[in-house]
Amino acid sequence: MDPKATAGLQDDLRLRISPALMTDPTAAPILKANHLLGIEGLSPGEVTALLDLAETYAALNRAPDKKAAVLKGRTLINLFFEASTRTQSSFELAGKRLGADVLNMSVRTSSVTKGETLIDTAATLNAMRPDMLVVRHHDSGAAELLSRKLDCSVVNAGDGAHEHPTQALLDALTIRRRRGGFHNLTVAICGDVLHSRVARSNIRLLSMMGAEVRLVAPRTLLPVDAERFGVGIFTDMREGLKGADIVMMLRLQLERMAGAFVPSTREYFRFYGLDREKLGWAKPAALVMHPGPMNRGVEIASDVADDPDVSLISEQVEMGVAIRMAVLDALARGRA
Amino acid sequence: MTKRLFFRDARLVDPASGLDVKGALLVEHGRIADLGPNLSAPEDAEIVDCRGLVLAPGLVDGRVFTGEPGSEHRETLASASEAAAAGGVTTIVTMPVTDPVIDAPSLVDFLRRRAAATAKVRVAPAAALTKGLAGETMTEIGLLKEAGAVAFTDGDRTVGNARVMRRALAYAATFGALVVGHAEDPDLTDGAAMTEGEFATRLGLPAAPALAEAIIVERDIRLVELTGARYHFGQISTRASLDAIAAAKRRGLPVTCGVSAHHLMLNELDVGPYYPFRKVKPPLRSEDDRAAMVEGVASDVIDVIVSSHEPQGADTKRQPFAAAAFGTVGLETLLPAALALYHEGHAPLAHVLKTLTAAPARIFGLDAGRLAKGAPADLTLIDVDAPFVLDERTLHSRARNTAFDGRKFQGRAKMTFVGGERVF
Repeated sequence: MDPKATAGLQDDLRLRISPALMTDPTAAPILKANHLLGIEGLSPGEVTALLDLAETYAALNRAPDKKAAVLKGRTLINLFFEASTRTQSSFELAGKRLGADVLNMSVRTSSVTKGETLIDTAATLNAMRPDMLVVRHHDSGAAELLSRKLDCSVVNAGDGAHEHPTQALLDALTIRRRRGGFHNLTVAICGDVLHSRVARSNIRLLSMMGAEVRLVAPRTLLPVDAERFGVGIFTDMREGLKGADIVMMLRLQLERMAGAFVPSTREYFRFYGLDREKLGWAKPAALVMHPGPMNRGVEIASDVADDPDVSLISEQVEMGVAIRMAVLDALARGRA
Repeated sequence: MTKRLFFRDARLVDPASGLDVKGALLVEHGRIADLGPNLSAPEDAEIVDCRGLVLAPGLVDGRVFTGEPGSEHRETLASASEAAAAGGVTTIVTMPVTDPVIDAPSLVDFLRRRAAATAKVRVAPAAALTKGLAGETMTEIGLLKEAGAVAFTDGDRTVGNARVMRRALAYAATFGALVVGHAEDPDLTDGAAMTEGEFATRLGLPAAPALAEAIIVERDIRLVELTGARYHFGQISTRASLDAIAAAKRRGLPVTCGVSAHHLMLNELDVGPYYPFRKVKPPLRSEDDRAAMVEGVASDVIDVIVSSHEPQGADTKRQPFAAAAFGTVGLETLLPAALALYHEGHAPLAHVLKTLTAAPARIFGLDAGRLAKGAPADLTLIDVDAPFVLDERTLHSRARNTAFDGRKFQGRAKMTFVGGERVF
């Protein structure tokens, strides 16, 4: 990258750090709701405000002193029913940088009494009087259920195949920083859309912000009636990537590879794995994203994933912390 | 170097274009160079005098079981191709029911090389739809198609699990691949030797209701509607199936179907005194169902006629009826049996030939089945009227388990050419 352009970008960011935004708990509210359960229900204005706020935190995170006091005295509980190193640590870091007390809880569920246990867990947690609860659960709708049972703000960190709003927001932030906006932008989301909450949140967010969204997958991994989302549907990757500015790869879960949805990993890679040749079908300056963790040689080739000129994967992780700080900040304001 | 062949005094019948004229046809470089009524022979061409007989595109048989690999004592690609050539068949679509099952790209490659080295006619391999024909997980349809598989089928087995079938169809649709289904509910037909009814009861044979076929036909039509897959019923045998497919076609679904020559000519009574060579899969049906198959061909609901050639040895066929294997050989009786529809006035000659040439070529996506400039010179010279009595000892197939031994036929192939080379 042109060093002068980089310098200019950083100058620009420094100007956009607004101490008032970061420290004033009575600043204008950003979110109407007390919870962030999904992209559905957010307005373009709310998304833009969250991204703007996250920009300031992205800049803060690059400064030597990364601490802010927005959540001083508040308690944040990370409740993860599914293992997730990167999302959990991202939320933990976000909370700590904003000055909150962060408690991580990893829960192993008994499958028999799942629903009951979740509500019991909610009651127990509620008694501890947290200010915010970040929850990941393997069942769609779990975050919504908790939000009705708890007095605190609930952030959905992924529920079943429903939504993963902070992932979509961090993807949007990454895209906006590179491309300036979403209009006239074509984003191809490729892979296991059927089981992906990341895809659902991204479809909602990117469509709402004006991007053209396409889904590229074998029919076994495309949800029925996916076209009702207002997106283009492609089963041929060459067609689907033609003219794409952003190629967003999805993780193929190991248990999906055993033959029920696709016959083998080698066949999947042959037709849907992003390698140099397939990337060549997209626009010349197309960028590659992946929510992680990657299956190298299944949905993405290493030389593409590791190429800093095209891969935004590390930047996505960086923006993840910034966006989660923005979300926690925004929710705290509503509770001030 | 280049041998030119000139077919003179032929009745050229090309069902694809509707051509039916007296004329001649010139072959160059293994392809049809020219054809028509006013064609004169080039000086250096070798002349084939057709003596007014029908010169038609070589037949395409969409359903052939061989024993290679794994059961070469029953049939090899070479021996099947001898039988095909003798029956006027120039392309066979082989079923993947072999040992090993054709469910990996390397096996498709093996079959194609083996066919190129040993077979007299063209071999278009179908690959398995599910791994090991087990009906549980789909095969590598994309890679198999790239390797040259023309269709995906579990042969004479039905995928009993509707969820597996749904996903296999959806996955096949991704690649525009053709799925060939076999319609017999596996639970209803488990252990059955013939069609349930009075005759089976009198014989005391284990039997399954004929509706076991329509149940799967209707299920798979619904799944086609859901998934958009191209679907061909390899062979149907009942009126209920025919009605369901006719309705699906009227709704514009991408569904086609075939019928075997023996289901056009024989009914359940032909099982006679426990005659194991007439134990076939699906089993022979009632006379009403047989008549429905003839009507189905005439009305174009049934697209193709196939031999469903299934060689069996004495080890598997010379058994008590219930214990005997299913199947009849059929490559050499496909054309004579189909011509019976013409002789009995059910369908015009060109229509019968279409079900054996242009229609299967279109369904399986083969460059075959037509008389046209530039098309491969796969040709069959047919004496439409020649009467004969089938004698199993004259069959070219390595297996002799024909359901038609002693049957009187009218019409047969006189010469067969593949790529301009005479193979029979």
